[in-house]
Parts: sequence; structure tokens; C-alpha cells
Amino acid sequence: MNSVILQLAAKYIRALLVFFAFVALLRGHNQPGGGFIGGLLAALSIVYYSFAFDRQKIRKQLTIKPEGYIALGLLIILLSFLPSIIQGETLMKGIWISIPLYPLEELKLGTPLLFDIGVFMAVIGITLLFFFTLTKSR
Amino acid sequence: MQYILLIYLLIAFGIFLIPGWLKKYVGIMLAFVQAVFFVFFFSKISEVANGNSISTILYWIPQLGLNLEFSLTGLSLAFALLITGIGALVFLYAAAYMKGYEGTDKFYFYLFLFGGAMLGLVLSGNLIQLFIFWELTSFLSFLLISFFHKKETSRKAAFQSLFVTAFGGLLLLSGFVLLGSVAGSYSVADWVTDADKIKSSGLYLPGLLLILTGAFTKSAQFPFHFWLPGAMQAPTPVSAYLHSATMVKAGVFLLALLNPVLGGTMEWTYIITLVGVITMFLGAYFSITQTDLKGILAYTTISALGILVMLIGIDTKLSIKAAILFLFVHAFYKAALFMVAGMIDKKTGTRDLAKLGGLYRFMPLTFVISVLALLSMAGLPPMLGFLGKELIYEAKVQSPGIASLVLILGVGGNTLMVAVSMYFMFKVFLGKQGAYPKLPNEKGWLFMFGPAVLALLSLLFGLSPGVLGDSMVEPAFSSIRKEMIDVELKLWHGFNDVFLLSLLTVALGMGVFIIALTKKQFLVKWRGINRRVFTIKFTDIFVQVLDGFLSFAARNTKRIQHGYHRFYILTVILFASAFLWSQVYITRNWVLDSHFSLNPFYISGLIVIIVCSTLYATLTQSRIATIIGMGVIGYGISLIYLYYSAVDLAITQILVETLIVVMFVLVLQRLPRFAVLSSRLTRLRDLMIALTFGSVMTVLAIKALHVEFSHPISDLMVQNSKVNAFGQNVVNVILVDFRALDTLGEVTVLVIAAMGVFVLLKTRKT
Amino acid sequence: MEIFLAILIGVLYTAGVYMVLRRSILKFIIGIIFMSNATNLLVFLASGIVAGKPAFVDDAVKNADNIADPLPQALVLTAVVIGFGLVVFALALKLKFFETTGTDDLDQLKKTDN
Repeated sequence: MNSVILQLAAKYIRALLVFFAFVALLRGHNQPGGGFIGGLLAALSIVYYSFAFDRQKIRKQLTIKPEGYIALGLLIILLSFLPSIIQGETLMKGIWISIPLYPLEELKLGTPLLFDIGVFMAVIGITLLFFFTLTKSR
Repeated sequence: MQYILLIYLLIAFGIFLIPGWLKKYVGIMLAFVQAVFFVFFFSKISEVANGNSISTILYWIPQLGLNLEFSLTGLSLAFALLITGIGALVFLYAAAYMKGYEGTDKFYFYLFLFGGAMLGLVLSGNLIQLFIFWELTSFLSFLLISFFHKKETSRKAAFQSLFVTAFGGLLLLSGFVLLGSVAGSYSVADWVTDADKIKSSGLYLPGLLLILTGAFTKSAQFPFHFWLPGAMQAPTPVSAYLHSATMVKAGVFLLALLNPVLGGTMEWTYIITLVGVITMFLGAYFSITQTDLKGILAYTTISALGILVMLIGIDTKLSIKAAILFLFVHAFYKAALFMVAGMIDKKTGTRDLAKLGGLYRFMPLTFVISVLALLSMAGLPPMLGFLGKELIYEAKVQSPGIASLVLILGVGGNTLMVAVSMYFMFKVFLGKQGAYPKLPNEKGWLFMFGPAVLALLSLLFGLSPGVLGDSMVEPAFSSIRKEMIDVELKLWHGFNDVFLLSLLTVALGMGVFIIALTKKQFLVKWRGINRRVFTIKFTDIFVQVLDGFLSFAARNTKRIQHGYHRFYILTVILFASAFLWSQVYITRNWVLDSHFSLNPFYISGLIVIIVCSTLYATLTQSRIATIIGMGVIGYGISLIYLYYSAVDLAITQILVETLIVVMFVLVLQRLPRFAVLSSRLTRLRDLMIALTFGSVMTVLAIKALHVEFSHPISDLMVQNSKVNAFGQNVVNVILVDFRALDTLGEVTVLVIAAMGVFVLLKTRKT
Repeated sequence: MEIFLAILIGVLYTAGVYMVLRRSILKFIIGIIFMSNATNLLVFLASGIVAGKPAFVDDAVKNADNIADPLPQALVLTAVVIGFGLVVFALALKLKFFETTGTDDLDQLKKTDN
């Protein structure tokens, strides 16, 4: 598939999809979205991009390999458990800190967000691993 | 006491760490350890005299009545002394015997672990715990019998013994559970307290039969005796330790342990006495026609075990006393004889009676030891065996109910014992020099030490029996009978009925022996008669039953596990629909209260589109069309989710559907076209089944609409979502906060799936 | 509308079972997809469906009476994602099977199973 139009479109659409993926991830707590949706979107961006170019080349170009995404995701998930353990609370209890950002609303950051980021990473890795192994040419 | 077992375990594993240059002395070191424990137990004699016991309890699962209870009573002390004492001697002997074999580490490991397991068994105060050790001994026995695992006979014999004893062990466990449900506990102490309750319950007889079968299999009682001669495939130290002195006596130990609980009834007395006496006679009867040295010893061991079981069955003061005494008697002479037999085997290169003879010229010391042990076995004065036999006769005369049968078989058995002892002595040591493969010598004190000690003990205790009576027999007796008695053992009992019986036995035994020795054809003919009369060979039956069972299982498996994947699914679906339909039929009294409507029309239209594409995807022969249909279904359903307020769900469904379609399309390039594989009739059949299932699911879905849900959990989550978890999107809050653990599980599942895919397709042919 | 949805579930199950009973492994996997879609819908439907009231809340909301129940949604969302993993894994198995045996016929699976 060496369509120039597709390749050109793919570059922009990829950027757009990645942007939306992050939006979905970050607003997921209050509006539709979240780690799963964001992760799938981000993975789709790469899947879409790889349609326009050589799949295996794309795979090699990835800065973080799918396995790396999985490991990173699981690591972040584990990290998100740490605060609750340190505070001696029930495991996985959400711990929040709030950062005042005047004149805007205060910004609340918590372990569930971290957890969601972990899920996001892991889902990217899993989906890409699925995709690249299933479609690897002989 | 639990620490002793722990030490056993640690040392057993420590054997593998012993450096190479020390390997030669492993046996001696282990013997030393056993000896230390022997001294430890010996020092406890005074504490357990008078029926006292030392107990510790470690709570394990007290709610289920499972605790680790250790109790050292007179009875368990007697066994513990045998286990450690004879253990020490056997390890010394093994140090000489096992020289030059491969895998001695493994051998010592098993054998030492067995010592620990056996100790654990006799120290158990809880029956479940006892069962665990019981099975452990069976298992280690299996490993030891198959030590020469390159020989097929060894493997077969090992399997047979494991099968029989483990089978008995399972029955034993069910017996424990059965009677445990009556007593409400598995503690031996509780059982003793509740003895009357157990005996009067309806479960007594089945429980008793199960437990007895377990004990009989372990102690090689008729008709389970056949595994013991096979077990002689093991190295001789194993035969001396496991298959004469300790493990096979576990059954006897159990009977003695449970005597206060289950004993004193007609069933107990009759079953045990009868089985014991039959075993005793048969063992002696078969022993005389054996040609293998260890075979003779195996059958006389069976006979001796029969005597022990019978004595516990008779269940009088005198018989229990006799049983405890005979326990020692037998352990002393039989272990000694096994060691001697093994030594002869080693030194001459054969165990065949026909090839042996005249060994006293080469092995004078061995000869003396053997004579002492054999005299004890024959029950002649001044050995300890004589005392044992006298007591046994006394007990038999007193045995209630079936005294005459017991007495006749008993005298018969003992007669043969005398004969076989004499025969053993003459054939092996006296007479002409045999044609052995190599000329024997008597080098190696390690070989001689064990048997010498045991033979001397037989003699010394025979001459001054009071020592043994006071220190061992009395405490053990009081722990079995729960009463005190002054056990007085004397060599000379006076000129009475029992002495007359003894004289008769000896006379008859000598007669049989002389005939056997002088008339060469006598034993050959006897063997022939045996072959003809006893056409039933228990080992053959065992093999046949096992083979039959295996082929039965294979046939059944072939029918049920036919390998056609579709029919497995067919079965599942058919059963599921049948159950669901029957459930629908049973609860048919409900009224449909919602009306069929097609509003809003765009959702109805969507559903029609989904239905059409489903049918198209199912029926088309084009692969791409199927996948496009599949995609339409997925997107359609996500629109349904979206309309019915499930926004996150809809988005996820769309993305997942996209990915699935993409992957299908990409994979499809590498797969063949659909082929029409099924006939029209098959397809019709499958369609009918599918319709049955689909329609029941529709009914189910409609029914589900009528279930009134209360949703306290959802309420709680909705309430707390914004207030405590700072999120307005409840679905997302559930996923990442309320039920984060489930999400973690989900991610784990996906990671495993990804790894699976990766591994499956990674090692591809290039 | 619920009844119409129930009929849709029935149709999806029928198609799923029919596909699962085929000998072609690809059809088998597609059948599984149909059935998992149907099951998701069933759970979704059985928990009660409300149009146009998604589960977004502010401080004032005290119970789930007036909005769509979020719990089954979260449940089905999990099921959808896991179903995705299952299907891809099945596809990978199928690919491997085809590469090893060169056939798509499930009945051939019997013979290599030794």
C-alpha cells in the first residue's frame, strides 16, 4: 500500500488520534473516556498509521516496544498502589492531593488517575502486541 | 517431639549436601543420629511408665478438628525405640551393603525420611495426621522397593505394594472420617473418651471394616499378603527395616492404638482373630516351600504379622501382653535374619537355597548369630522367642469363642515355623559345600554388627526377661488396656498344658524338618501340590483386575472423549437448552407486562439491520462479507449501548470492534476460503439446535425484564462517586477506584493473552 | 423495545450456536464473537435500560433510580475488553493450527491429538 494520499493523511490522523487518546484518558474521570478507551485509541492510531507504511518497519521504529508498554503499564499500576500501602490504608484505596490553580478550579490528582494511566499504557502494549504478532508476515 | 520430626526432615535433605569425600560415611553418620534419638526415647521410659503420656498439640485447622497432636505413650515409645534402635543398626548395615551402588544419596534420603515418617506415625495423636504419615510410609516404601528401578520386577513389585497399601490407606481415611463424624473429633484421646458412643453407633461396623482393611493391607494380612514377598525386590536393608521391623507393623500399631476405642466387641474379636490366624498359618505354610532366602523370610514375616494381629484380636490381658512381647521378639530375630540373608547374598552371590550349604566353614560368626536368631524364630529355649511362644499359647488357650480353631491352626503354624527354622539353618550353613558363584568370607564388621547385637539381645532378654517386661512391655500394655498390670516374664512356666503344647510343636516340627531334609522329593512334591491346590495366585488376580479396570476406562474414555470438538459443544448446548427450557416450563406462571413496541423507530430499524447482517454473515460463503457483517453487528450494538445511556461502553465497543475487524481482515489473507464441509442434513440439525437455544435465550431475556432489581451497591457507588472519589463518570470511577482490583485482574488476563499470542506465533517457520 | 431487543439477542445466540457448530475454525471464532455480543447485550438488557440518562453525577445525586445503572455498564465494558483478548487469542491459535496442519477443518484436530 503505497498511496501517497493515505500516507499523508495517516500522519495527520495519527497525531489527531493520539491527541484524542490523551484527552479521553485525562478527562475520563468526569466525562466519557478513561484508560481503556484512551489506550485503544492510541493503539488504533499506530494501527492506522501502519496501514499506510510497512508494518514491520513501523514496529521497529517504535521508541517503546509493545512489551515495553505492557511492562511500563503494569509498573505504573503497581506504583499507584504504593501510596495506599504507605499510608496504611486498605490496598488500592484512592489517595488524592489537590493543587490549587487560581483562578481556575483546583486540580485534583489521585492514585486512580495513576492507575488509569497504567491501564492506558498496558492496553496500548497489549493491543499493539496482538496486532504486530498476528499480522507479522512469514 | 515435633522437633525430632523436623530434625529428621532437615537431616534427610542435608544428605544431598554432604561432600564427596564424606560419602563413604553417610550410613554411619545417619546410624549415629538414629542412635541419639534412640537414647532420647530410652530416657523417656520412666516418664511414660504407669500409663502416662507426654503430649503436645499444635493447632492447625482447629475448626475442622485438624491439629498436629503428638503424644508419646507406652505403646508409641515401644515402637519409637524399635524404629530408632533397629534403624541405627540398619543404617550401619546399609553402610556396608550399599557400597558400590549408584544413587546411594537417594537411598539414604528415602530410608532416613522413612524413619521420620514412621516416627511421626507412631507419635500421632490425631488420626488425620496419622493417615498422612501412614501414606508417607507407603510412598517411601514404594520408592525404596523400586530402588533398582532398571529391573522390571522391581518396578512391578513397587507398584503393586503402593497400590495395595495406598488403596488400604484410602479406606482407612474413609473409616476415620466415618467414625470421626460420630465422635466429632479426630483426636485419639477424644475417641477413647467417646468409645461407647462410637461402638453403639450405626456407623461402627462400616467404620470398623474400613479401618481394619486399611490395617490389614499395611500389615500384609490375608488376602492382601501378596505384596510383601514382592517387596523383597528392595535392597536388603530396606527389607530388614521396612518390611519386617517397622512399616508392616504400622497396621498392628493402629489396631493396638484403637483397641481401647473399637475393641471389646464380637466383630472386633472375630474378624481380627480369624484374619490373623489364617494369615499366620498360610504364611508359615508357604514359607517352607520357598527356595529364595528372602522369600522364606518374607513368608515367615507374614506369619508373624498374623500372630500379632491375632493376639490383638483375642483381646485379653494375656494376649495383649503376648503381642507386645512378640513385637520385640520378632523385630529382633527377623531384622537379624534379613541382614544375615543380605550378607550371604553379597558374599556368595546367590540367595538360592539349592546353591547354598556348608557356609559354617567360611562364616562361623554369622553361623552363630543365625543359630541364635533361628532358635528365637522357632521358639526354642533359652531365646526370647521361646517366651513369646509360650505366652502366645497361653493366650490362645484362653481365647474366647473360636479357641479350638485358633489353637489347631496355631500349633500347625508354629510346627511349620520350627521346621522352616531348622531347614534354613541346615540348608544354608551345614551340609555339603554349595556351588556358590564366589567363595565367601566374613570381612566387614559393619555387616556383622547389627545382626550380632540383635541376636545377643534375643538371648539376653530370653535369659533375664524381667528387664524387658518392666521397661517396655508394661508401659505399652498400660497404654493399650488403660489399666495397670505387673507384667512378669519368666523363662520357665512350669509343667503345664502350654508346655505340653510346646513339646508337641517341637516334636512335630522336627519331624517335618527331618522328612524335608532326608527325602529330597518331599518338598518338590509339596510345591507341586501347592501349585495345584492353590491355583489362585493373588498377584495374578491383582494384575488382571487392574488390567481390566484400565481397559474399561480406556473404552469409556474413547466413547466419551471421541475427539470431535463439535460434538462436545453440541452436548453442552443441548444440555443447557434442556435445562433452561425445563426451568422456563417450571416457572411458567408469569405474565408479560411490557408491550411490544417499535419506538423509537431508529432503534427498531437498527435492530432490523443487525438481524439482517447476522443472517447474512452466517449464511454467506464469502469470508470478507462475513467479517463485514460481523462489523455491522458490533457497530450496531454499540449504537444501542449509546442510545441506552452507556456512553463509555459504546465507545469501547466501537474501538474493539474496529480492531477485531482489522485483525480478521489481516489474518484472513493467510487463510483458505470457507469450504462447505457439512452436509445439508447436518446443517439442518445444527440449525434446529441453534434455534432451540436462541429461542430459550429470548424467553430468558424477556423474563429477566420482569425481575425487580434493588440496587444498593449501585446506589452506594453513585452516592460516593463525586463526593469521595472525585469523579463524575461513575462507570470510570468503578473501573479505576471502586473495583480497581477487578480491572487489575482484567489487565492481567489481557497481558497473559498477549503473551500467549506472542509465544504461539513467535517461533514461526521461516 | 425491550422485547424486540430480546428477540435480537435470540437471533444472535442462534447464529452464534450455528456458527460454533461448524467445522471451520474461523466460523467457530465468529460464532464465539456473536455469542459474546449476545451475552453482553443480555446482561445489559436484564439490568434495565434507560434512554438518555447516562451515569454522570454531581454531589446531589443520592441513588441510582433516575440514571442508568453504572454497575452493569462497567461489568459489560470489562466483558467487551476481555472478549477482545479471547478472540485474538483464538485467532492466534487458529493461525498456528493452520500453519501446522494446513487445514481449517476442526475434525482434523482429532487426528493430530496424539
